[in-house]
Amino acid sequence: MRHLKNIFRLGVKELWSLARDPMMVVLIVFSFTFSVYSASSALPETLNKAAVAIVDEDDSPLSLRIFSAFYPPQFIPPERIPIEEGDRGLDTGKYTFVLNIPPNFQQDVLAGRSPDIQLNVDATRMTQAFMGSGYIQQIVMGEVSEFVQNYRGSSESPVVLSLRFRFNQNLTKAWFGALVQVINQITMISIILTGAALIREREHGTIEHLLVMPVTPMEIMVSKVLAMGLVVLVSAAASMVFVVQWLLHVPVGGSVALFLVGAALTLFSTTALGIYLATMARSMPQFGMLIVLVLLPLQMLSGGNTPRENMPEAVQHIMLLAPTTHFVELGQSILFRASGLDIVWPSFLAIIVIGSVFFGISLARFRKSLVQMA
Amino acid sequence: MNDSSPSRVSAEDRPVVRVFGASLVYGKTRALDDISLDIPAGCMVGLIGPDGVGKSSLLALISGARAIQEGAIEVLNGDMRQKHHRNGVCPRIAYMPQGLGKNLYPILTVEENLQFFARLFGLDVAERRSRIDYLTQRTGLYSFLTRPAGKLSGGMKQKLGLCCSLIHDPELLILDEPTTGVDPLARAQFWELIASFRKSDQKMSVVVATAYMDEAQGFDWLVAMDAGKVLDTGTSAEILAKTASDSLEEAFIKLLPEEKRRGHEPITIPPLHLEETGKADDIAIEAKDLTMRFGDFTAVDHVSFRIRRGEIFGFLGSNGCGKSTTMKMLTGLLPATEGKAWMFGRLVDSRDLNTRRNVGYMSQSFSLYSELTVRQNLVLHARLFHMPESKIPKRVHEMLQRFGLESVPDSLPDNLPLGVRQRLSLAVAMVHHPEMLILDEPTSGVDPVARDNFWRLLIELSRRDKVTIFITTHFMNEAERCDRISLMHAGRVLDSDSPAALVAKKKASGLEDAFIQYLVEAGAVDKAGDISPAGAAGTAGAKQAAGPIAAHAAHFSLNRLLSYMWREALELRRDPLRTTMALFGSLILMLVMGYGISMDVEDLSYAMIDRDDSGISRNYALNISGSRYFKEKEPLTSYTDLDRRMRGGKLSLVIEIPPRFGRDLQRGRPVEVGVWIDGAMPTRAETIKGYVEGMHQGWLTEHARLGAAGSSMALAKIETRYRYNPDVQSLPAMVPGVMPLLLIMLPAMLSALAVVREKEMGSILNLYTTPVTRTEFMLGKQVPYVMLAMLNFLLMTLMAVVLFDVPVKGSFIALSLGALIYCIVATGIGLLASTFTRSQIAAMFLTMIGTLLPAGQFSGLTDSTASLEGAGRMIGEVYPTTHMLIISRGVFNKALGITDLTGAYLAMLAAVPVVVGLSIFLLKKQEA
Repeated sequence: MRHLKNIFRLGVKELWSLARDPMMVVLIVFSFTFSVYSASSALPETLNKAAVAIVDEDDSPLSLRIFSAFYPPQFIPPERIPIEEGDRGLDTGKYTFVLNIPPNFQQDVLAGRSPDIQLNVDATRMTQAFMGSGYIQQIVMGEVSEFVQNYRGSSESPVVLSLRFRFNQNLTKAWFGALVQVINQITMISIILTGAALIREREHGTIEHLLVMPVTPMEIMVSKVLAMGLVVLVSAAASMVFVVQWLLHVPVGGSVALFLVGAALTLFSTTALGIYLATMARSMPQFGMLIVLVLLPLQMLSGGNTPRENMPEAVQHIMLLAPTTHFVELGQSILFRASGLDIVWPSFLAIIVIGSVFFGISLARFRKSLVQMA
Repeated sequence: MNDSSPSRVSAEDRPVVRVFGASLVYGKTRALDDISLDIPAGCMVGLIGPDGVGKSSLLALISGARAIQEGAIEVLNGDMRQKHHRNGVCPRIAYMPQGLGKNLYPILTVEENLQFFARLFGLDVAERRSRIDYLTQRTGLYSFLTRPAGKLSGGMKQKLGLCCSLIHDPELLILDEPTTGVDPLARAQFWELIASFRKSDQKMSVVVATAYMDEAQGFDWLVAMDAGKVLDTGTSAEILAKTASDSLEEAFIKLLPEEKRRGHEPITIPPLHLEETGKADDIAIEAKDLTMRFGDFTAVDHVSFRIRRGEIFGFLGSNGCGKSTTMKMLTGLLPATEGKAWMFGRLVDSRDLNTRRNVGYMSQSFSLYSELTVRQNLVLHARLFHMPESKIPKRVHEMLQRFGLESVPDSLPDNLPLGVRQRLSLAVAMVHHPEMLILDEPTSGVDPVARDNFWRLLIELSRRDKVTIFITTHFMNEAERCDRISLMHAGRVLDSDSPAALVAKKKASGLEDAFIQYLVEAGAVDKAGDISPAGAAGTAGAKQAAGPIAAHAAHFSLNRLLSYMWREALELRRDPLRTTMALFGSLILMLVMGYGISMDVEDLSYAMIDRDDSGISRNYALNISGSRYFKEKEPLTSYTDLDRRMRGGKLSLVIEIPPRFGRDLQRGRPVEVGVWIDGAMPTRAETIKGYVEGMHQGWLTEHARLGAAGSSMALAKIETRYRYNPDVQSLPAMVPGVMPLLLIMLPAMLSALAVVREKEMGSILNLYTTPVTRTEFMLGKQVPYVMLAMLNFLLMTLMAVVLFDVPVKGSFIALSLGALIYCIVATGIGLLASTFTRSQIAAMFLTMIGTLLPAGQFSGLTDSTASLEGAGRMIGEVYPTTHMLIISRGVFNKALGITDLTGAYLAMLAAVPVVVGLSIFLLKKQEA
């Protein structure tokens, strides 16, 4: 009872401290509004203004037809270049794609000789290279077959693929971008807030004060974890409702409430991590450096930005220890795939276990380092 | 005033410093208010007054460290507003700022610090050696030449600061509170040193700011200051006579304006009547052999004492003598390594929260929650001590009244004057009725009137409320007010008794004198050497060397640049966190990004529903399961199963082959294969779609060829050649892209921090007050980081080749050349960012945003610059990362050489003078 009272009072103090720190408030607001908004709207829709050049050695109506089939937003209107400039353009990165239409192309097509078109792709730009070449193939083949159809009757492919994208029919990247950003911000802000709260207290010398009062290190830490967790949770909820759903019109599949429960459990470990890092750093700048080194791997390898299957097996296994991995998994399941607790419970369980371990380690470290802080 | 000629004919008669109506404003506070003053030459001049009255500001203006806002100042016969005069005169002035060793570099050794300063003033090797030996022998630092400055005691730090100031034999020596926080012996030695240096150089003028009135008594001439104004000037005898006072402290209070003095009267301490409390042996605190060791350093060494209830007990000692550590052990903040302590008869145990209820604690920095109002601070502390909720408002009101805070209950502490904050701090410590108050240097930085008022409160608490007070201080006159004191030095208690008894025991003239005798007895004296014969002999040599020093003008000097570079490199090498960050940070991040930003899709889990189960359908299924991209999971049983497994993220792809697939296909009837793709991650979905379509098409062609069922041949074929990366693998594409990103972010951040750290620590003063120019400073800082970045580049390349298996196809020389130019620009960007920021954390944020955003978004890492519009496009065109990406990809993937990349080199080279020049231009040579 006494513990709870102390935690409550210290927690309220944390909230006051935060409210009177304009920099942090701006950071929180910025991260959960502007940053989420821009992440969704800035993400290019699949293929965005790819640079194409065409070497047209045929100069026929068909090649012209192909030439004019490339237009924004997927492509910049292509440039017509002489054959010797193709390599140079690719070398300097000026063009990502160079399409080479051979001489007598139209004639050969109509004669059924099935001629080859060469498509040179700068494969150092991975995403564009892969998606773009698919698009270009479709466009070229489409133009060719339409052209031929106009000439003679059609012939249909015998087997059709009926493709359906589940959970995001049009593959709108903005949805994904916005939700991933919310998830990332929850991790980032919670680590920064708790860590900064502890370091600020140490820099101002107030931690000494707390320690001579009848409060335990446990109460100090729990109050920070709870207060900062609460702030992040409320901001995240507001961001989900107002920015993601209301402003960006992202259809959230599952229950936002369930997602927030998951977030709350994750916050347990990320805030503990913040405390841990703050005990390791001797000053704000050092804390900043540590955050860069810890946050980037946490965000990049947890499966939020790129699928986990792509990573080496060892990395996948190690990242199972990170709370964010499970958070991303449950976030995607709930928000995109409308899963319920019956499906995502293993992630919840993992987060709870990891959270308790993190919290325990952090508390032990915090207790020990208090001696040095005082 | 127009006389800026360096003639020194009349130097003896002319004032060394003349101030005409100088004012200085920081934000809303007026630090100096229209000061006019002539400081006589060849004297020892003292600026006296408490902290925050403008002494430091005035000295900073005189030394040229701070730019003059209003009025004029003439130093050594020239106008300090003129850059030309400042440059010319700065080798003749030495400035030692406030704070122990503030302009020193704690990681560097004594020798290295001295070498650095000597080089800045252009001394050659022989001069440096003779000057350093001479000064360190005279100050007794000679045997500590190899010790890092940060590990010196306070007194030794100040001596080192003095040596650094005297290294170039200045005519005007400016010392800002050189003895604050130093033990009395070291203090006495310091003043002896100054006197002896003045004896050997008669012409040297010394201007000293001090808060200790007693030590100012011996100066030739005094300036009393308060609230940015000069109260009075004159010799101390004149000032004492004018105010009819016995001591300077008393005289100072009398000089204060009426409203500040009001209500002030000398403090009288009623004697302590222990008999009243009933028993004389009512012990509040007892310590027995308290010892604290940190590693092999003993901070507190077997300290024992007893404090009776209601007593005011003082700990007197210098900074770092173990006072605070002892207090922390008593409060239970630190568990003692050895020994025991009892508080009110109970053993102190850091785990026992109940002993804490009897104690109020007030720390050196008046640590209050600056984000909580005065009332909130009081209420929070009352609650944390579990006062009954109903009694809190009354108690808080009582405290506000008693400690004179009624007018400010809703203000934030930071907006209050120091004296009020001090009272609040005491109120907070007292709010829960403790029987015992522990005060750690509670009066530092507070003016004498406020200090006396504070003592009145303490005396009242002790005598009326019978609160036991345990206080540490380094002010002698405060120590004299205690009932009993312990003299502390180097972790040991030298003696404990009433101040009068201590003085009597040593037959000393005062407490200070007694303390010095105790220190001498304790052997503290051996740290400071006497002037050895070698030192005396060095005088002659050093004097000779002094001649040409002033002649070194402030043009560009490679030597000074090199000395900054050398120092930066030394510091970098000795700071493990920065070095780790610099060397391994990039490698870790490269590892993370190499694996993290992978667009390959492999081992995607998928499942089939084969409703046909014919030879043909099985063949179709085999076509997919044979692919390296997909990994088959157990077949689906129903649509519910499909839904469940896809929702759980267990399946990314489901393929349903309809009934009669084989038969329909052979008869040429239209057939539809159902495909479900998890669209939650759009990029991945897009890739999966590509793979599925490709395989489907491939199977159809194969099937058609074999079975010749569909007669139609393709109209045309597209032969796609993935250039430079034929297998379309992520790593060969990512690595050359990530390297330029890391090579700009980390070097820029580190070089920005290198400059801003000097701003934060205060050592930037050396740029303001020594002949070093901005160009020398900036380039000297930049070069080590360019070298570090190049080392980083080599490590990353090695990692790319060895670990990631991404070979350097083109010319390695071409790549290195590009990296070198790029690193120069990158560190330049860091320097540029440093000119806009004051704190390290702000510098980090700014460089992060300033590098990651343009490098990641506008430089063609994922989308080529050509596909951007507007500002992003423009930034992308000129930003160095764009060009480094061309070089990096060109060499790694496209097998290019130097001649193919000329354009990129030139574009980056053009950025070098712009970025570096701009950052030098924006750096200030004076504090604004």
